[in-house]
Amino acid sequence: MSDFLQYTVFGVMLGAGFAIAATGLVVTYAASGVFNFAHGAVGMTAAFLYWELVVHDHVPVPLALVVVLLVVAPLFGALVERVLMRRLHGASAERPVLVTLGLLVILTGVATLVWSPTVTRVVNPLVAGTFRLVGVNIEYQYVITVGLAAVVAVALRLLFFSTRTGLALRAVVDDPDLLAMAGASPNRVSQLGWVLGFVLAALAGVLIAGTQSTGVNIAALTLLVVNGYAAAVVGRLRNIPVTFAAAVGIGLAESYVNSYAVPHLAQNLQTDVPLVLPMIFFFVALVTVPAARLRAVGRLTTVRAQRLVGARQAALSGIAFAVVVVLCAVALAGDQSNGTTVLDLAGQVMAFGIVGLSLVLVTGYAGQVSLCQFAFMGIGAFVMGKVAGGGSLLGLVAAAGVCGVLGALVALPTVRLRDLYLALATFAFADAVATGFFADVHVFGSGGLTVGRVVLPGLSFGGDRAELLLVAGCFLGCAWLVLALRRSLVGRRLVALNDSPAAFATVGLNVPATRVVVFAVGAAMAGLAGALYGTVEGVVGTSDFSVFAGVIFFLFVTTWSVRSVGGALLASITYVVLANVWDNGLGLFAGAGVILVGRAAAGILGAEPLQRFAPLASRSTGRSGPAGEALGADSRAAEGAFALGSEARAAG
Amino acid sequence: MKVLGTRRHPDEAVGPGALAVTVAGVRAAYGRIEVLHGVDLAVPAGSVFALLGPNGAGKSTLLAVVRGQLRPTHGTVTVGDLDVTRTPTERLARAGLCAIPEGRAVFPNLTVRENLRVWTYRGGVSMADVEAATYERFPRLAERRRQLAGTLSGGEQQMLAISRALVGSPRVLLLDELSMGLAPLVVAELYELVASLASTGMTVLLVEQFVTTALAVATRAAIMVHGRIVREGPPADVGDAALGAYLS
Repeated sequence: MSDFLQYTVFGVMLGAGFAIAATGLVVTYAASGVFNFAHGAVGMTAAFLYWELVVHDHVPVPLALVVVLLVVAPLFGALVERVLMRRLHGASAERPVLVTLGLLVILTGVATLVWSPTVTRVVNPLVAGTFRLVGVNIEYQYVITVGLAAVVAVALRLLFFSTRTGLALRAVVDDPDLLAMAGASPNRVSQLGWVLGFVLAALAGVLIAGTQSTGVNIAALTLLVVNGYAAAVVGRLRNIPVTFAAAVGIGLAESYVNSYAVPHLAQNLQTDVPLVLPMIFFFVALVTVPAARLRAVGRLTTVRAQRLVGARQAALSGIAFAVVVVLCAVALAGDQSNGTTVLDLAGQVMAFGIVGLSLVLVTGYAGQVSLCQFAFMGIGAFVMGKVAGGGSLLGLVAAAGVCGVLGALVALPTVRLRDLYLALATFAFADAVATGFFADVHVFGSGGLTVGRVVLPGLSFGGDRAELLLVAGCFLGCAWLVLALRRSLVGRRLVALNDSPAAFATVGLNVPATRVVVFAVGAAMAGLAGALYGTVEGVVGTSDFSVFAGVIFFLFVTTWSVRSVGGALLASITYVVLANVWDNGLGLFAGAGVILVGRAAAGILGAEPLQRFAPLASRSTGRSGPAGEALGADSRAAEGAFALGSEARAAG
Repeated sequence: MKVLGTRRHPDEAVGPGALAVTVAGVRAAYGRIEVLHGVDLAVPAGSVFALLGPNGAGKSTLLAVVRGQLRPTHGTVTVGDLDVTRTPTERLARAGLCAIPEGRAVFPNLTVRENLRVWTYRGGVSMADVEAATYERFPRLAERRRQLAGTLSGGEQQMLAISRALVGSPRVLLLDELSMGLAPLVVAELYELVASLASTGMTVLLVEQFVTTALAVATRAAIMVHGRIVREGPPADVGDAALGAYLS
């Protein structure tokens, strides 16, 4: 009985920490309509800054708390709103979310550079020591965390429902212009939401870090706050009491599972399950909360319809691409860069390029934001390494097939989710796979998994040159598939689905089936890419397919253009080159890229001058047939509508 | 009927009582598309000015310019003797300009009572007085005070929207398509309120497609076609010309 009480007390404390993180998310979302993916990273950064002040610089704890919670966090929140978010007003709803993803990878990147992951850092509890109550040891830190969580919940409830400022915070997302007509400044109200959100993220970060007795870890601490995400989703990103209750429930569930179930699992699972639990809760919350209750503000869909690449232009580009690859294969053989042959790097570019193409299909064409393509890529590499001795055509086929089936299985429960919630679900899935599967010692092993080069009867791709030609051929094939799909009836259906699911359904087309098929094809392509990446690299490991790497690559693709083959290729080149030049700086470049692109939903290649002149950018040639021309006209009309922006709503 | 409150920011007030609104040479565009091509309009203080015209004439755009939501590319907007061309909407609201935009100008995720509370954001009026005045005028809203505004009928939402004109004695009231999508009886009820508000001395600039309804309360009117004022004068004169404008 005393054990049960002990686990309950710990669970409540854990849940209270999650509750503070979750309510911070809710406040920011309520006041801005933006789900802050960087919320966990803000908490992580605050915890490390607190460690720096208290442990490294010997600043007294109260002063350090004031600096972190009342100076740095609010200023940072205000700055993010003013510099990054305010200029996105009126942009398509995907842009603010991408910018917060950019902020996530920037913060984790900066933290890695400033606080070397090789050093162990222990954040002490705010108040050390324990006391005993009805046979249970209770740490003072527990009491402080639960007390603060209760104070935060009550204070926010009062703020939102009993003050004019709180009403303005709730009203600003509905109609900022109308709020201005009532005499309030929508910008200042939104800024207050960001300030409160950052302060609560920082508080949660410092409190949760204090429970990590073995030291704080950048990635783990960032993702630990994800428990808060699950609670916030249960509370529909609006309801603070429900969010609070859900957070405590999740804390209790984690405590009980870790205490009662985990010790009875196999040795390796005892490590994996606690790590993967938060993401499982998050995923379950997303797929079980009734769809009608998950109303996102805005839509994470494409605003401008992409222009078509004509069949002739695609064929000419493909031939030119093949010639360049062959010339490179001949000219670059044997050249070295950081111990890797340039041909290997070119092979990596092609493999990641296929992942980029899968994003063009899933996100660019169908409007489904997927942050889990690297998870499928890792699974593809794993299948390739395990099937038929690790270097066979069968392995390639199996990798694509397994990932296609898995993609369909992931898509089935998430098919009702749209926009932001789909992005969150795929993020949860990616992290669950990375921490619960890839990290298992039996998957990639401590030294990585060996993947052999493909050998066919009478034909071996053992040499770097032949390997490059194989991977480039696959890239070309996938590019052809993506472009052909876009030009086909299926492609037009995807555009229709993206533009208006309701209209799509009213003409008798099956929305869920189309979404599942597209997601599965994208997953299969990512799996194939992973298998090919394995054959290029020879050995693959956990770090190749981390959730952060996946987010970084996604950001590169959206920065260049998620709607064109050229965007996928350029993103892949950027990713591979930067990873080989300055691996730790990848997040900084990806974040900076998406921030600089700002509100331009079509990315760099979608910029008007490049649309006119760049062959890599998708553009209508006027030779793509009547349907293509019609869609081109639609595209221009859509651009016009976009140019009007929010002001159009007020227009007569 | 009760019209409430005092101003919280007397330094921002632009003079006692109703104020004239003057629009001079205003051009405005959405992106590259110019919608207003040099509009001149003088709305006398204390008048009820009806701006009429067919769909797409630019009437709502002109109101968006006056209430500070759309910056004109050329020209000036003056309220009283103050140039407000580049003044943010919230400052105009605090200065006594009350705008009810097109559509259902309420916060759908707030209750009726919470919507009324937002109208008091600029301060200077008590919530009890606002509720008393609103519910006296629109008893149906009293029954629905705890209901989310987004779940009200179109007429009830418009009643809630126009109740903002009862708060804080606005000096200028801008009304955009008050009758849109409403039953004739509801429209009559709302315009009865407009007439009584006008009698308290505020300036009313209203955009309306229903010529007869608008001219019945107006003291002056103008017709706008293709982003230009083509006729201005007393309601009786403008009414005769309105049919031609709609048919052109």
